[in-house]
Amino acid sequence: MKCDIILAGVGGQGILTIATIIGKAALKSNMNIRQAEVHGMSQRGGDVQSDLRISTSEIFSDLIPKGEADVIVSMEPMEALRYLPRLSPQGWVVTNTTPFINVTDYPETSLLDAELDKLPRVVKLDIDRIAKDLGAPRSANIVLLGALTPFIHLPKEALEEAVAAHFARKGETVVAQNIAAFRYGYERAEKNTPDNL
Amino acid sequence: MKTQILLLGDEALALGALNAGLSGAYAYPGTPSTEIMEFIQMNPLTKERGIHCHWSSNEKTAVEEALGMSYAGKRSLASMKHVGVNVAADPLLNSAMTGANGGMLVIAADDPSMHSSQNEQDSRFYADFAMLPMLEPSSQQEAYEMAKYGFQLSEHYRIPVMLRMVTRLAHSRGNVTVDAEAEPENTLSDVANPRQWVLMPGNSRVRYKQLINDYADLTAESEKSPFNTFTDAPDHSLGIVVSGVANNYYRELWKDGKSPWPMVKISQYPLPADMLRNLVETCDEVLVIEEGQPFIEQHMRGVLNSNPKIHGRLDGYLPRTGELDPESVRLGVLKLRPSTPGLEKEETQPVPEVVVARPPALCKGCGHRDVYAALNESIESYPHARVFGDIGCYTLGYLAPFRAIHTVLDMGASITMAKGASEAGVHPAIAIIGDSTFTHSGMTGLLDAVNEDSDILVIISDNLTTGMTGGQDSQGTGKLEEICLGLGVNPEHLHTIDSLPKNHNDMVELFRNEIDHHGLSVVISRRECIQTARRSKK
Repeated sequence: MKCDIILAGVGGQGILTIATIIGKAALKSNMNIRQAEVHGMSQRGGDVQSDLRISTSEIFSDLIPKGEADVIVSMEPMEALRYLPRLSPQGWVVTNTTPFINVTDYPETSLLDAELDKLPRVVKLDIDRIAKDLGAPRSANIVLLGALTPFIHLPKEALEEAVAAHFARKGETVVAQNIAAFRYGYERAEKNTPDNL
Repeated sequence: MKTQILLLGDEALALGALNAGLSGAYAYPGTPSTEIMEFIQMNPLTKERGIHCHWSSNEKTAVEEALGMSYAGKRSLASMKHVGVNVAADPLLNSAMTGANGGMLVIAADDPSMHSSQNEQDSRFYADFAMLPMLEPSSQQEAYEMAKYGFQLSEHYRIPVMLRMVTRLAHSRGNVTVDAEAEPENTLSDVANPRQWVLMPGNSRVRYKQLINDYADLTAESEKSPFNTFTDAPDHSLGIVVSGVANNYYRELWKDGKSPWPMVKISQYPLPADMLRNLVETCDEVLVIEEGQPFIEQHMRGVLNSNPKIHGRLDGYLPRTGELDPESVRLGVLKLRPSTPGLEKEETQPVPEVVVARPPALCKGCGHRDVYAALNESIESYPHARVFGDIGCYTLGYLAPFRAIHTVLDMGASITMAKGASEAGVHPAIAIIGDSTFTHSGMTGLLDAVNEDSDILVIISDNLTTGMTGGQDSQGTGKLEEICLGLGVNPEHLHTIDSLPKNHNDMVELFRNEIDHHGLSVVISRRECIQTARRSKK
């Protein structure tokens, strides 16, 4: 089993938290992991991206080869599209639909939406709104992690445990909120999984 | 007992050093090296053993401090980004002459593709130049193991060992099998050859010959290093040389990582000449795949380039600039061996045209913004005003919306370049420098300006931290006024102002007044970094 995931977003949106939680779950499941991050200048509001690879066999490259990513998961709709050349022809895109507008020439959101709709395999969720509705506005990235889970060949339970462990320090309420966010995202995406196509 | 954990390359190296009995770490923050020191600072063993882990003012002081600890017999490391090695070049090259006593690692983290740097210089040239051995890990596990190996090599040959990281290893996590117990630290010990540590000409001439002899032994060491390997394969129509992380991108191309052609992997320098010669002599052609500048390829070709069968970055099979990735390596191999089974790939979809660039920007609520807003307004009436920038978050002032700076060279150059331009006749000549960059390399330049009462305005934009690298302690915090006064800045032209939106008009006026003063002025504009302020609130 091998799964290559591209995490995308804007500096400060919390994609590295998603990567950290998947990493913990994968390590506990005795998988090999490589996760390349971006630090430094681009973290100041620029586009950021992380390559996350998990596999039962040895992983050589820290970077996912072009056209081989199984999933692009993005905290932001335009950022989901930026990495399409790296997606496998059979790959999935799981993305937030709320734009993060910090450049003056940001495109019309309807144009982004149209591009996303052209993709054969895409899950679009307004995770910002979902997180707010769940009363946990800071857990948008965990909603997205839940939505990513059906695509990454790690047991849902392992990821849920890793979410709980990640937030344990912050108390029971925060853990419960994040578990709820995770489950909601999972259920929404599951309806779109390859098996149900 | 061994356990497996997930670590960044930087962290794996740091833990390897701690577990090998490190006594002191010395560093100045710089992407992608920062996490080495940060990991050491956060590790419980550091506190338990009292391992030195305070940031240094710059890379030069860091290397000298680390060498002092090595002189005393203990294991030390100095870590920095690649351009930091330029700052440390003086002690680095001369440390090959003094040699080491306790094991000493000098870690240079290169940034090919310049993700967060002003150039992509390759630190392997420094090791070659200084005649120091160098290790270049290809994985997080090797980074962990090479720390201990490097200390042993350093103590055996009594010489500092350089260790080269690159961004994609420094900032990539992987599984690392680590020791549960740390080895004891070294005790104090006297140096074997006291004369060698006093680099007066008479001593140095003797030592230099010794260094050249030792270099031959270090080359022999590379030939048998466990990190330099030859893997044979039946098809000798092509031979492959890989180094560091290029090894991973190349092996990614093949099932189970098995190359169809013989392969030499290099992770220890000086270059193992016999291994390379053997490959060249037994293969029809050789492709050299290395991260960074074409160091190995250049050495193998030589200036006469008399061996046309060597290929790589210099003859266009691989890109001449930028970091490698699995795709560029695939295309390079394919160019040399078209229609190799398993290497063809279908075209992937392009980036939709609707996607626009999202360049980094100064954070909302960042004091540098207020400084640039005020500065731009204050120089509106001077069409020939030139603003000399420096290295840090405020370099982003070059971009929209401020477009406020005209030059960026290296740490500290804002003050000295402004001074030179002023002497050429530029007015107003303004330098903008951050607090940490100022204490790193700005103070000596400011002394030059004091001594000549240069007609420049120096703005020290003080955010009380080293911001760009994530908020490390800044060595001048709370002392900047005293430092300026101590260097001799005229108190009448030394001002401090809080860089807040409500002070905009005052800042504009202050800058204008000091531009009108035809002599040296220093304005310290101060506001805590919004990122560190947020973190400390949590």
